[in-house]
Amino acid sequence: MKPKHQRLLLALIAVVALVSAGLIAASALREEASYFYTPTTLAAANVEPGKAIRLGGMVQKGSILRAADGVSITFIVQDQARSQKVAYRGITPDLFVEGSGVVADGRLRPDGIFVAESLLAKHDENYVPKELADIDMTAAANTKNTISQ
Amino acid sequence: MIAEAGLAALWLAAAMALLQLVGGLTLLRGGAGQLVPLIKPAAYVQGALCTLAFFALMWLFYVTDLSVLLVASNSHIDKPIIFKLAGTWGNHEGSMLLWVAVLSVSGAAIAFFENRVDPKTLSATLAVQAFIALGFFAFLLFASNPFERLVPAPLEGAGLNPLLQDVGLAFHPPTLYMGYVGLSIAFSFAVGALLTNQVGPAFARAMRPWVLGAWIFLTIGIAAGSYWAYYELGWGGWWFWDPVENASLMPWLAATALLHSVSVLATRNALCAWTIMLALVAFAMSMAGTFLVRSGILTSVHAFAVDPERGAFILALMLMYTSIAFVIFALRIGTVKQGEPFQLVSREGGIVANNIFLSVILAVVLIGTLYPLAAEAMGDKISVGPPYFNKATVPVMLLLMLALLIGPMLRWRRDALMRMKYLLIGAAVILVSGGLAAWILAPEVGLYPLLGIALSLALAVAAWMPLRGRKLLRTPLPTFGMVIAHFGIAVSVFGMAAESGFSKETLTALAPGESAEVAGWKVQLEDVKPVVGDNWVAVEGQMVASKNGDMFELGPQSRQFFKPEMQTSEAALLTRWNGQLYAVIAQPDQEGDGRWQVRLWWKPFVTFIWYGGILIALGGAISLLGRMFRRAKKPAINKWERA
Repeated sequence: MKPKHQRLLLALIAVVALVSAGLIAASALREEASYFYTPTTLAAANVEPGKAIRLGGMVQKGSILRAADGVSITFIVQDQARSQKVAYRGITPDLFVEGSGVVADGRLRPDGIFVAESLLAKHDENYVPKELADIDMTAAANTKNTISQ
Repeated sequence: MIAEAGLAALWLAAAMALLQLVGGLTLLRGGAGQLVPLIKPAAYVQGALCTLAFFALMWLFYVTDLSVLLVASNSHIDKPIIFKLAGTWGNHEGSMLLWVAVLSVSGAAIAFFENRVDPKTLSATLAVQAFIALGFFAFLLFASNPFERLVPAPLEGAGLNPLLQDVGLAFHPPTLYMGYVGLSIAFSFAVGALLTNQVGPAFARAMRPWVLGAWIFLTIGIAAGSYWAYYELGWGGWWFWDPVENASLMPWLAATALLHSVSVLATRNALCAWTIMLALVAFAMSMAGTFLVRSGILTSVHAFAVDPERGAFILALMLMYTSIAFVIFALRIGTVKQGEPFQLVSREGGIVANNIFLSVILAVVLIGTLYPLAAEAMGDKISVGPPYFNKATVPVMLLLMLALLIGPMLRWRRDALMRMKYLLIGAAVILVSGGLAAWILAPEVGLYPLLGIALSLALAVAAWMPLRGRKLLRTPLPTFGMVIAHFGIAVSVFGMAAESGFSKETLTALAPGESAEVAGWKVQLEDVKPVVGDNWVAVEGQMVASKNGDMFELGPQSRQFFKPEMQTSEAALLTRWNGQLYAVIAQPDQEGDGRWQVRLWWKPFVTFIWYGGILIALGGAISLLGRMFRRAKKPAINKWERA
């Protein structure tokens, strides 16, 4: 093989590799990137059960219910207009308390309950989960329960 | 006083960098070059001044001088001394000062030690290095002055994030910085060689130790960071594909590719343009990493700066350096000579495969890390997490391992796979039978962990093959280094695959006296007691883990820190040769029936992940020693001949 051809071939291989990297990334992003919703946007969007999403809002006062096993809980996340029921099994973050902000990673179950795999709570005064910065917590606190059960 | 002296040292060092840059530029423009003899001394003085500035800051932290803003907002009088010192770089300004100090000291080291490349190339390299340093001096002096005073001085200081108060973590940032900075030197060499038309084996040999050194530090930094996240966060995971982790992984991937291609350039005079390109990419990735971590664009323990001005500054620096470098690359690459030809089935071909797979992984990680930022700029809130990264990178990693099985055994220039048919058949047999055995034993485990285990078993054998038929005493140290590093990959991947495929978890609430089981272990919660530390109080679960008659004590804690107020969970780890038992205790059950939330994991062979990391770094270190040793020996032989 002539040296010049070799350089061309290598450049070609590199281009093919980068294009395929882009394709791999695009297809994986389409399937796995999880969108952020608040209860209101979640209600408006038609999210199919089983798709990974994030849900953020305020933990409704008095909504945290602990199951007998000591590690499963359900609670309601609300924003200014709507609320969404969430189930979680695991150790809750230290600052996960009623009336405070939370971001949950998880999926919708076919019965409409959001099953959280991990919870991110407001960490301290200086740190608020980025997605919650826009949500007005005092307004959210006055939301009526919109879950129909 | 000390603070002002430190600031003055920084200004003077910046002036030295400017002198170094101007000297280099006059040389490149073919001027009279009166400034050229000053380049090296300027590099020495710059290194010394930056070291001085850094130690000045360290002293201020040591005595906890609260009239300095940085100390007041990041330290506290009651903090243990080691964390007071580590606090020097446990914040934005201090860590950027460390960056600059390491950069300048490395510049001085090249000026002093490097004698293989053409003097003109060396001067150009030092000028590029000074150009990079100037950007960071400007950043320090104008946007993040570590020596700023605070009037009036507060009484006690705000404290350091308790998560960062950990001995392992005290040394994590400096290690990564050494890596980033080492890559900046590779970058300077690459641009210097491009500017002076010296891209060839001599330049590659000068660049190689820096790449190797940077890569060793990055490897250690990543492994240490991963272990820290594993035991300190209490989530039982060792890699979260967090943007901050990716920020250290991306330069490592580029450095790994560069390390391999620079060896081809140094020994075979091939892959010239390719190596230069990788050197530019590797530094761009270091800058991108610094930007992601330091700009405050991400919210995490790493993102100290929340000042958008700083983020914009680093972004501007990054865009400036990389775009200038790529313009020089585009303009000069035509002048780089064609390398020696080689067949696709050859050692060079294997290294091209390594480079390609690593670049694909790098691109996928980069896209996944930046996509949420880009989407946010467009108004969409998206997060890209482990499902994306695992799905998109693991198959390519497995392909990379497959190439690694064969690559190191191939001959330079041309080879035939038929020559190794027995070896290949052997590897295929181990691979298939290992995979089958694992599949029969544990059919519920996914495909990737099984393939990972099979490939790592095959590689654990194949890695040693390059030593076959060699006289071991005469084998050069770098060959041993390569073998050990590749074996380390096998060990590490085995740990990752075993952990991700075969971990067992139990999550429950226990009252004292009750017990839980995980993977054949019985763990009994005996009691829960309060414990007091230097600047925290905790509840400690006193547990006894037993299996087959062996009993061990475990003491996971849930800690409450005061300054700043924060709760952390200290996992208890019981290490056995075949895995770790990982126990976490959390808050009491709020129903008030005296139970505590307890989470237990059995993680088979999880420690192999970090043993592998140590082996990989050790392989690099052996290889580096071998190169330095051989270099040191040569002049001695010459002296002998002359006598």
